[in-house]
Amino acid sequence: MYTRRYKCAVAFPPLLWVTIFLLIPYAMLFCYSFWRVSPLQVIVHEWNLGNYRELLHNSMYATVLFRSMLIAAAVTIFALLLGYPLAYFLSFRATMRKDLLYQLVIIPLWVSYLVRGYAWKTILGSDGVLNGFLQYFHIVHHPVEFLLYSPFAVVLMLTHIYTPFVFLPIYAALEHVPRNLVEASLDLGASPAQTLWRVILPLSLPGVLAGATFAFVLTLGDFLAPLLVGGPSGIMISNVVVSLFGTAYDWPLGAAISLSMLILVVALLFLVERVEKRWTFS
Amino acid sequence: MLVFVFLYLPIVVLVLYSFNGQGVGGFPPRELTLEWYRVLLADPPLWGTVRNSLSVAFCAVGIALALGLPAALALDRAEFPGKGLFRRLVLLPLILPGIITGLSLLMLFVTGGINLSLLTITLGHGTALISVATTELFAGLQKFDRAQEEASLDLGATHWQTFWRVTLPNLKISLIAAALLIFTLSMDEIAVSFFLIGRSNTLPLEIWSRLRRGMTPEINAISTVILVFSIGSILLWYRLRTRTVVAEEEPTSMLSGTLAGGQA
Repeated sequence: MYTRRYKCAVAFPPLLWVTIFLLIPYAMLFCYSFWRVSPLQVIVHEWNLGNYRELLHNSMYATVLFRSMLIAAAVTIFALLLGYPLAYFLSFRATMRKDLLYQLVIIPLWVSYLVRGYAWKTILGSDGVLNGFLQYFHIVHHPVEFLLYSPFAVVLMLTHIYTPFVFLPIYAALEHVPRNLVEASLDLGASPAQTLWRVILPLSLPGVLAGATFAFVLTLGDFLAPLLVGGPSGIMISNVVVSLFGTAYDWPLGAAISLSMLILVVALLFLVERVEKRWTFS
Repeated sequence: MLVFVFLYLPIVVLVLYSFNGQGVGGFPPRELTLEWYRVLLADPPLWGTVRNSLSVAFCAVGIALALGLPAALALDRAEFPGKGLFRRLVLLPLILPGIITGLSLLMLFVTGGINLSLLTITLGHGTALISVATTELFAGLQKFDRAQEEASLDLGATHWQTFWRVTLPNLKISLIAAALLIFTLSMDEIAVSFFLIGRSNTLPLEIWSRLRRGMTPEINAISTVILVFSIGSILLWYRLRTRTVVAEEEPTSMLSGTLAGGQA
């Protein structure tokens, strides 16, 4: 039905754009990661493995990377813990106002990221709402320090940001679970809990995987949250990259880290795709 | 449920404190005042950045749609070698942290000798958001009844005519929904913009730099304004989306769909 000319005309413009603005930039990332910076702050186009060696040998990067992965894992887990029950509730239990509730969950997503981060800053500060609240009710007598400018704050804020992201695919997956399967399970004598564990959960796994991947990858690449609420102990790997492109001026090293992240993300996506393909039956 | 409280607490606090007379912090809030909104209105540099953000957002919508539509069409209809790679490449910015997209584009511009400016930001946003446009439009295409196009072609219309008179009108709602989404995302975009700004700031970056200097409730005020607008546009988006819905289609299918690789 579609002529070859049509298909070419349709595929060509985006292909061209994507080649120029995605493929080539990634290639540049690749190239830069093998170059180096001279002591005079000039980028020397000399191909070497110095950056990667630095990454592997300097323990600071390993530490920050490890912490970032921990934070990312924590955020993913908490977001799932919050998002899944929410999705389950909305999909299976909420009969009236389902639409409205759904919209309510979506809305925080479109509130600016900065705005939400800033709000958490207001809440968690030693001068902030939470501390004020605790002190007002005499629960504590001095401001609780670790609330802000700590990895705790980063995890908290990012969980808040990514819970709706995690909710979305899980909700979609749950909506696709055939209700008659659930009914059958209950009819055959399983309790709701067993049904949840053995029928619903496995069927919704693609959604869970999608949400988890999203949360994990984006948290890993987040540099704003640590800058807003992380403090010196909350630095994540992306902050390192940012400073390498800023004040620390070492583009090649920054490129090396970014490229590694890129490869990690792509590998993770491949993995998830594989797992999903094997898991779903259609 | 509790989750809702958690989700909304910061927002409520934010709005509340934009009216707080005393300044940042403290509990409970002291006087209620519109003072900060007054300050906000009298702040020209801030509104300059709002203008910047708006123009970037509009252009980004243009770019993303102009390229996302053919991309969606290609993915929906054409088979060609490298299609899988193409699909993944187009959709990658959706999940890739903005920092990587931003950095790689920065390298491109620097190597190409292009100065950083609003133009580079626009190109960055447009590129990153093509993925959003493509997913949204692809979903719209999937729901579209192919028979209509066939009928049109059978009746003698050219592909171009068919496109303009049959395909496009049917995609109208998808297009608008995509546009809204892209616009909203562009207005809040920080990660990519961070690396691509020149001399002029976009709104989120301006707020960011002010935040680093110290908080003022004026930021609360502008945030509340942004909040109201965002809620407005997302409600609009949702209305549009559900208008075309048949039982299964969810505004969320993009993610599970793309990650499940079901669209190849």
